[in-house]
Parts: sequence; C-alpha cells; structure tokens
Amino acid sequence: MMVVGLRSAGVAPGAVRRNVPHRTDRAAGARRRRPARYPPLSTLARTPLAPHATPPQRIRNFCIIAHIDHGKSTLADRMLQKTGVVEERAMRAQYLDRMDIERERGITIKSQAVRMPFESGGEPYVLNMIDTPGHVDFTYEVSRSLAACEGAVLLVDAAQGIEAQTLANLYLAMENDLTIIPVLNKIDLPAAQPDKFAEELAGLIGCEPEDCLRVSGKTGEGVEDLLEEIVRQIPPPVGDPDAPSRAMIFDSVYDSYRGVVTYVRVVDGNLNPRERIAMMSTKATHELLEIGVISPEPVKCDGLGVGEVGYLITGVKDVRQSRVGDTVTNQAKPATQALGGYRDPRPMVFSGLYPIDGSDYPILRDALDKLKLNDAALVYEPETSAALGFGFRVGFLGMLHLEIVRERLEREFNLDLISTLPNVEYDVTLEDGSHVEVTNPSEFPEGKIREVREPVVRATVLAPSDFIGAIMELCQQRRGTLRGMDYLSPERVEMRYTLPLAEIVFDFFDQLKSKTRGYASLDYEPDGDQVADLVKVDILLQGDQVDAFSSIVHRDKAYAYGVLMAEKLRKLIPRQQFEVPIQAAIGSRIIARETIRAIRKDVLAKCYGGDISRKRKLLEKQKEGKKRMKMVGRVEVPQEAFIAALSNDAVVPEKAGK
Amino acid sequence: MPRLPDGDPAPADGALDAQALAGLAGVPFGMYLHVPFCATRCGYCDFNTYTPRELLAPTRATPGATDPRAGLPSLVASYTDAARAEIDLAARVLGADAPVVDTIFVGGGTPTLLPTAELTGLVGAVRDTFGLRPDAEVTTEANPDSVDEASLAALAEGGITRVSLGMQSAVPHVLGVLDRTHDPANVARAVRGARAAGLAVSLDLIYGTPGESLQDWRASLEAVLALEPDHVSAYALVVEEGTALAARVRRGAVPAPSDDDEADKYELADELLGAAGYDWYEVSNFTRTSRGRCRHNEGYWAGGNWWGIGPGAHGHVGGVRWWNVKHPARYASMLAAGDSPAAGREALTPEQRHDERVLLGVRLADGLPLSDLDARGRAAVAGLVADGLLDPGAALGGRPAREGGEAQRRAVLTLRGRLLADTVVRALLGF
Repeated sequence: MMVVGLRSAGVAPGAVRRNVPHRTDRAAGARRRRPARYPPLSTLARTPLAPHATPPQRIRNFCIIAHIDHGKSTLADRMLQKTGVVEERAMRAQYLDRMDIERERGITIKSQAVRMPFESGGEPYVLNMIDTPGHVDFTYEVSRSLAACEGAVLLVDAAQGIEAQTLANLYLAMENDLTIIPVLNKIDLPAAQPDKFAEELAGLIGCEPEDCLRVSGKTGEGVEDLLEEIVRQIPPPVGDPDAPSRAMIFDSVYDSYRGVVTYVRVVDGNLNPRERIAMMSTKATHELLEIGVISPEPVKCDGLGVGEVGYLITGVKDVRQSRVGDTVTNQAKPATQALGGYRDPRPMVFSGLYPIDGSDYPILRDALDKLKLNDAALVYEPETSAALGFGFRVGFLGMLHLEIVRERLEREFNLDLISTLPNVEYDVTLEDGSHVEVTNPSEFPEGKIREVREPVVRATVLAPSDFIGAIMELCQQRRGTLRGMDYLSPERVEMRYTLPLAEIVFDFFDQLKSKTRGYASLDYEPDGDQVADLVKVDILLQGDQVDAFSSIVHRDKAYAYGVLMAEKLRKLIPRQQFEVPIQAAIGSRIIARETIRAIRKDVLAKCYGGDISRKRKLLEKQKEGKKRMKMVGRVEVPQEAFIAALSNDAVVPEKAGK
Repeated sequence: MPRLPDGDPAPADGALDAQALAGLAGVPFGMYLHVPFCATRCGYCDFNTYTPRELLAPTRATPGATDPRAGLPSLVASYTDAARAEIDLAARVLGADAPVVDTIFVGGGTPTLLPTAELTGLVGAVRDTFGLRPDAEVTTEANPDSVDEASLAALAEGGITRVSLGMQSAVPHVLGVLDRTHDPANVARAVRGARAAGLAVSLDLIYGTPGESLQDWRASLEAVLALEPDHVSAYALVVEEGTALAARVRRGAVPAPSDDDEADKYELADELLGAAGYDWYEVSNFTRTSRGRCRHNEGYWAGGNWWGIGPGAHGHVGGVRWWNVKHPARYASMLAAGDSPAAGREALTPEQRHDERVLLGVRLADGLPLSDLDARGRAAVAGLVADGLLDPGAALGGRPAREGGEAQRRAVLTLRGRLLADTVVRALLGF
C-alpha cells in the first residue's frame, strides 16, 4: 500500500522514513521533533527571508543540468549542507533522490525544489534549487523545470566531459534564455582533466575556459564559490505582483497520505492558503488546503509571491488533475492567458503487459490504476491476446519509462509480467483514404494499404571521434539519416541523425554502447513522422498465428526478423507428440520456416517400488506446470518460452536434453 | 543416488492404521529384500548400494588390501541381523492381518555378493515368519560373474525359484561404458547353470548407452534370444543425477543418450523379441508365456502390497507408502534400538491413488479398464486412439454397451503409445 508513497517528494515524513537506513533514521527523527517552522540557521544564512515576504530581487531560481553519474545529487547535497538546510549528521547520501529505483540506478526521475537561505555581501538571499529529471524519456518535464528557472548550473564530470543528454538539456536551457554557469565536478579525482573539458565547455556555451568553476561535490571544495556565483550571475525573477496570479506547475507527485503535491513557480501575483485556485488547461478548480516550501522537508507558509517556488496541496488524488506545464490561477480573479509551453504528455512507445498468472489480472489493473495517480504520462487500455490472455496495452514516454513502470509493477505489486516487444504508433492510410492508428501489431490492417507513417526522432550522439565509423554503420542499419556532425574538441564529436523511433526502442542504445565501448551517449526527441515501407510479420505455430509475436518491421528487415523468431521458438518450445512447423509470414507469404520435430519417447523405463512415488510426484509437478502452459492451437507453449522469445537476447541456447 | 521422497515422518514403531491394514485382505503380498552391497560401483547406477570400501573406515580395512570384498563378512553379518529384525518388525506391525507371502524379490546392490547361505537364510526367515505359498515366486538378482553352477544349485536348494541376471549388453565396448566388468561369456554359463538348477531365468538389458550403435543393440538382442531366457527386461539408459556417468556427460566426455535413438532401439527390441515369441506385458518387460511374467513386479503395477526390507527399501500397504533410511549403518542401528527404520511415509489421498492406478495400469499389456478413469480421462480416449497411442480395438471395441461391452473396454498402448506413455498418462489424468 505504501509503495506509491515511495515516490513522495519528502512531503510525508512517514513515507520518507521507510527508505532511510536506521542510523540516519534516528537523526532525521530527532530533527523533526524540534518545532522548526523555519529551517535552522547556518553560518551562511543568519537572517532567512520568509516565504511570501521575499522581494523577487533576493530570489535566485536555478537548476542543475548534468548527466547520470556526473555528481548532481552529491553536489545538491553539499549545497543543502553548506546553506544549513540539512545538518551534517542528518545527511544521507543523495538526499534528494528518494525513490528506491532512483537510488539504485543513481538517476532522478522526478524533480523537486528546495528553498535554501543564503547570505551574500551581508544581504540575505533565497536560492531555489529545482532538480531536473535526468533521462531522455522525460525531456518535457525537464523543459518545464527549466522554464521555472532563470539560471542553470551546467555540471560536467571533469574526468568524462559532456554527454549527449546534458548537451540536449543545455540547448534546451539556452532556448529558454537561462544564464548558464559552467561547472566542472569531481576535480578531486586523479583522472580529472579540468583544463581539457573547460575548453570543451567554453566552446559549447561561448565563454572563456577560465569562467568554468571547479568543484568537488564529494569534498565540498568550490561549492561556496558556486553559491556566490549563483547569486552574482543569475538574474532575479521578474513578475507583476499586482496582476492576476499565474504559477507554472513543474512537477506533480502523488503521496499516499496527502494526495497530489503540486510544485509551482509563481510568475505573477501570489497564491495564498484557503483560496480557490483554477487549473487553466483543465478548468478544474480546487481549494488550496496547504501551501509551503521544501527546506528540505515541507514547511507550511503564508503564501508564495512573485518568483517564489513551493508546493500546493489541494486534496486531489490523481496527478492528471494537476498537470506538469499547466498554469495555476486564482479562481475568483483569474488570469486571462495561461503561461506558454503546456502540452499533454504523449506516449511514444507501446507494449502489451500480461500477468504470467492469468488470475493476477485484477491485481495488474489495480496496480496500473495506482501508478497512474503519480504518473500523468502513463496510459493504458485493456487488451486480449489469444496467446497471452488478458492484459493491457500500455503507452510510455520511452524505453526507460517502460522499464521503470514494469519494474515497479513487479517489485511493488509482486507481479510476474510478460511484456510484448515494444512498438511505436503507426498511422496507416488505406486505399479508400481512411486512417487507422496502430499501437498494437495485431491492429495492422490486412487489406490494401496506401501508405504507413512512422514516428521519427532527432537523435544526437556524442562519442570519441574514433567511433564515427561504427556509429555511422549502426545508424545506417537502423535506417538513420545523418543530419550533421560537429567536433566538440579534436577527440569528441557530436553526430545528429534522424532515425525512426521504432529503430531505437528495441536495443539501439545497448548496441551503441557496445560498439563504442561504452563511450557514446545518446539523446533524442520526437521529430514528426515519415512514410516508410513497413510490413507486419506474423509468426505461425502449426498454422495458427501467435499474436504476441507479430511485429511491424521494415520490409528489408522482415526476413531477418522472421528467421530470428522462428529459430528462437524452435529452441524454446518443447517437442510435442506431433511435428510443429514454425512459420514467419507477411500476409499469406511464408518468409521463414523451422520445424520442431515430434517427440518419440517420453516413457520412464523402470517403474518399480520406489519409482512409483517419484513418478507420481513428477506427474503432480507436471500438472502444476500445465497451468504455466499456453495452448496455441494444439501446441503447448510454456510461459518461459514466451518470456524468452520476447526478450532482447538474440541467441537462445538449445533445449537441454529433450 | 536418488533422494528419498519428501513425506510425513514415520512413527518409531512403524505402525500402520486400521484402514491401511484392511487393504491387506485378498491382495497378493510381496516381500522385497534390498541388499545394499556391490564389489564396485557402476558409473550409471544410482541405486542405494555401497562398496565395502565406502562403508568401512580406512583403519579397519586391511592395509594395502586390493580385494574389493575385504571386510565384507562383518558388513554382511550386521546387515542380515538388521534385515531379520525388520522381518520381525513387519510381522509385529501386520499382526493378525499378516498375510502369507506370495512373492519374494531379492534385489540390490548385488544380492549374490552375500554368501549363498546368508541369502537363502533371509528367504528362510521370511518363510518361517510369514509363511510362503507353495507356488511362491522367489527371485534373486544376480551378477553373471558372482554365480556358478554350484552356487545356483544352492540358491535353488534354499528356496529361490528365479534368477534375474544383469546382462545389460553383449557388446564389450558398451559394457565398458557402463563400467560392467563381467565377461559376456559368463552370462551363457550362468544361464546354463540356472537352467540346470531348475531356476527360471530373466535377462536384463540396457539400451541407449553412449556409443552403442543400433547394430550393437541388435547384437545384444540376438545374444539374448540365443540363450532362450524365460523373461527379458529392456531398459532405456537414464543418466541419473549425481552419477559418474552424469558427470561425464556434463563434461562432454560422452554424448547424452537421445530419446530418438532410444525410440529406435525400443522399436527394434519389440520387433526382434516379438518375432521370437516374446511379447510385452509391461512397457519394459517381455515374456513368451503369461507364466513367465514376474509376479512380484506385477504386484507393484497392480497397486498390490509389499514390505521392503533393507536400507532405502520402499514398502506399500493399503495406500500407505514408506521408505527406509538409506545408510546401512543407520538402518542397522535403528533396528538394534528396536525402532522402525522408516525415514518417512505418505498416506495417499484418493486422487493420488487414482493417479498411481492410471500411471501404473496403463503400462501393462492387459491395459487399464476405462471404468477406472474419471470423466475427463474417458473423454481423452478417442483423441489418444486417433493419435495412434491407444489400441482402437481394446478402447472402442468389444460387445455393444447393452451387452456389457463397456466394462471390457481398456486403454491398451500401441507401440507408439508405449514410447509416449507419459503423454498418454497425462491425457488420461485429464491434463
């Protein structure tokens, strides 16, 4: 039940406590017991400014743009510590990443905003650090976080240099006119090459190499200078305090105790407790039950004024009622124009999710309903597969989103799932001019087709220049078109491609990593669609189509797909008492064929005294195993065969023994 | 060695409840005697058997002794004392319900590693304690190397009526892979000696040994037929976990037996044995006349009752199955303490008894009466006939239903069905 709360942004102390190791737990509890309406003072901030009473010129809103592993969370922790927001002894590594999966993978999925008091030149300031999600699937969320800031810290590992995704977010920040402060992190590492990468950064953002700050999140070196530079360089927010209130939602998180917690940045006017607010895209209205700031635990306040960042609680239970990018206004005195940039989350990748045990279907449905409360991008509808039974077709922002959702379903709801091969959405135009939107290969029309359009992405690959050839070869295989190539330095190159989304959802990133010995990084964003020569390949077992294995592929790759699947299945499906042909077909044309030979002997040779119990127990086990068999026509297919056939592994070992 | 099954704990006194004892009435009763000793262990064998060397602490073995039988007499003495104690225990447990014994089967291990007098002494103990029917079948397994004309005569004298010789193959390189050391010529001598002593003779064969060609297998079958035994058992080689052979297969030193190859060899066996007048009466057992069948084994397949004497032996009475501890020392010490040597037991549920009845009955040439099947099982019969797994005449023929023809219908495996008996059993059990 608590599972959903794990994602809470520190709003429910109970939820947080669960994730904290015991030792830290006591320290955190001690801190909470103190009646601290305002955060404790630090040497750096003696006279904190209260929310709602902070002049905008004393506010600095910034985010940190960094690649996974480049030390963003550690730096953020250090800032919390230096500003006295978190005491040293209460410090837990990477304080801001709360969710289990985030902590394990070292990535941040959901952003948060922490208000830090800071004193510079004898004057008090408020620094709002807005954390940004760090993965390609969440580009839109990143863009909203950036839109809530006036500046960005561009954080780059001094031993590794900038990565594709960081570059993409940097461009996004530059498009949003953010002030960029380049920072090289991990200067304490022996492998650090700060001079080299300072050159690279300077080239990218048009500054001098010596403008790059050098810090170590680990030792704290340079962090105070960075805080000073944030105050000095980043402009204060600008807004009209007397205009109708407008605040942008840059994050929205479901907490099982408090309902949806909405993170906003006030642009104009102000938001106050107990007033009624309206969401400008959905027109929904809510009462503001609570308003506050995160420091780093939630602290109620008297309201939020121009330029301030904080959280709202309205009692709604579904993040869909509080959408990222939407504008919050006062219901009684509404703004006429919403802030720009809102868009509905659009799923890009689809996969069928089926419980291995069919009786778990209601659990899967409830689990998806629960996850949806916290994930506005998650869409799904029930579907039925002849081979896999009852399940859901689920839409995701991308592959990481898919993996995270699947992992949470398995981990938090104890579900064993089969997911079908991920696919994208196709727009099929029939001869008569009508359109069919295909999110599941089995919906692909059988009749005459005029054209099929597939989504494409604009992809950026950053890699050492040694690997240009390998990357070009891979992108070529994946039907990519080279758009441009730039050297970031003599050794590093940025390559820009247009690629069909379908070609990168499967194992493109893995392939890219393996062909570049792990050095390449990838970023992509949707870039419309294109006409493509696509066909549906069906897989037939003894003449019966297995819907779960149908796939929409480019005509040039249909044969390879057919051969691969037929061979995989021959190795995975146990021999039956009759011969089972496996065929791959485009429509009625067979393009590949394998045969599972009939089994000729399964009898146990000896069956005397002690053999009888053993044999009976074996039968009882087979009876149980039968429940994990799916019938395709007369062919018994074990669940494991479906799972293995739908996995990414191209090579399957031969069945052992029989 | 196969692990003992998981079951419930067995009571220290070995007692059986009244319901199980009630199952003794009117059903043949057998005694199985397990002799857990071999001079050497064969690489394919996972039976509960030990060499004297394995059982005796190194200090007690004669230093430098190369005789694999060194130390055997003390082991035999301890074993026969314990076995006699278990025969007494069986009599106590069965009490007034104790039936007269119909069949005895002495298996192993290598029973003929025991001095003949000790072996026949155990048979005598059963006869003295329970009584033995005049026409009782008393079989002992024998290694062709460890019997001669005199010992076979002594066995017959001591009450043995039948010997089952572990011939396995007539081809030296096949015997070599199986670690069988006997000289193929000894088999013929043993058969002649047994015949001369008036004993019925069964020969055991193994097919599918790595490296055995179809021609090798034909040679073994022809050698068997030349000896004109009363009974032939032919077993597909199973590579059992934990055996030396399994390790060799895993290492890739020898190929794993293939089901397809074994199917070919079974079909050849059925053809050659059939042509010589040996018909199957159980999947792996062939005989020329119904009198040649092994009645003791038929008891297993018919759900009969038997007591298993010896380490690791299994018993069954009236729906209760149990099994003894495996190690001879532990077996002996439990009996010396006056306790039952049973390690565990299980009381079969009606569903389990049904499953066993089907899985055992279907292996027999006499077949399984369709009236023994539940509705799902009966519904599967037509499909199995259509697939060529069940004999159409036996399953669908007979007199019309109104003349009671239904009652005579039986599930009898075809040749293809015998090889796919597992498939048939699953279908007849409705899954």
